[in-house]
Amino acid sequence: MIAGLGLLLGVVLGLLLQPQVPLWMEPYLPIAVVAALDAVFGALRAFLDGIFDDKVFVVSFVSNVLIAALIVYLGDKLGVGGQLSTGVIVVLGIRIFSNVAAIRRHLFHA
Amino acid sequence: MTEQKPTAPDPEEPPPSGRARLLAALRRPWSRGQVTAAVLLAVVGFGSVVQVRANEGSDRYVGMRQGDLIQLLNSLSTASQRAENEIAKLQQTRSTLRNDTDSRRAALERARQQANTLGILAGTLPAQGPGVRATITDPNGKVGTDLMLNGIEELRDAGAEVIEINDSVRVIAQTSFKDGLRGIIVDGHQLSPPYTIDAIGNPHTLAQAMAFTGGFIDEIESPAIGGKVVVAQSQSIEIASVRQPAQADYARPAHSG
Repeated sequence: MIAGLGLLLGVVLGLLLQPQVPLWMEPYLPIAVVAALDAVFGALRAFLDGIFDDKVFVVSFVSNVLIAALIVYLGDKLGVGGQLSTGVIVVLGIRIFSNVAAIRRHLFHA
Repeated sequence: MTEQKPTAPDPEEPPPSGRARLLAALRRPWSRGQVTAAVLLAVVGFGSVVQVRANEGSDRYVGMRQGDLIQLLNSLSTASQRAENEIAKLQQTRSTLRNDTDSRRAALERARQQANTLGILAGTLPAQGPGVRATITDPNGKVGTDLMLNGIEELRDAGAEVIEINDSVRVIAQTSFKDGLRGIIVDGHQLSPPYTIDAIGNPHTLAQAMAFTGGFIDEIESPAIGGKVVVAQSQSIEIASVRQPAQADYARPAHSG
């Protein structure tokens, strides 16, 4: 309930404030958002499994975002930023799919 | 969920299903885990919305490598240079065409003016302007070719530009006069008195040219002829009769070298 309201609040804030993305953040923000989504779906799955722990959630969220940004940063420095970003997106996408599949099994038994 | 209920007399004992946990969370909102999740979800929502907006703003060049961007910039500057060259060329063409049109229009205007002047001189165009109208009555039938020619010469001498006799015959360079049985024959038209001569020119000068002592009017009104001349000056003499342009069969323009 509160979690849903938080999500809504974030979206509304983003729409109202319309902040400019700082230039140094531009390559990292999309990857960071996908990594955060992965953490969120992981947390939802853990919650439905009954093993949800808010400390784990926070740590996984922050570390996901940081590692994703770090990988992109490293890739840019090595000259393979585009390819590495694609790789990160693919891995996170696979994880999101499997998490969503587990959530679906919980909620719909299918 | 359905098979767990009969085996669970005590609600604490069985592991609750995911759905039940979700419903419980919705009913009991203020747990610490929920608040944490709310904060992190707010961050995720905020970040995604910001990223979506930034992406909509400039989705073409975000994420392109430096080399690609330089190449893109080069090709764009080449294209713009090509377009500028094209513009310069087209502007030049336009100014050339405009000059062409202007000179052509001037030539056309000149030719039209010349055609008007020549048309009035050759009698192929109707004419209108200030001038005089002389009415000559000849009760004795004594006004002949010589007298008419005299009168017309006087008018021409005074600068008459267009002359017409009896509202029907335009007097031009080739006009011929002959004596007829009754009256005179001008260019093959039998004319009989009273004659009217319309002339376009300075009305005052034209009237003076016919009225001087021993001139046209005196001759006609002499006792030997017994005619009468009435000269009326007007600011608007209309001459409607025209000639077909004559084709020169023998004369050719001689090019003076």
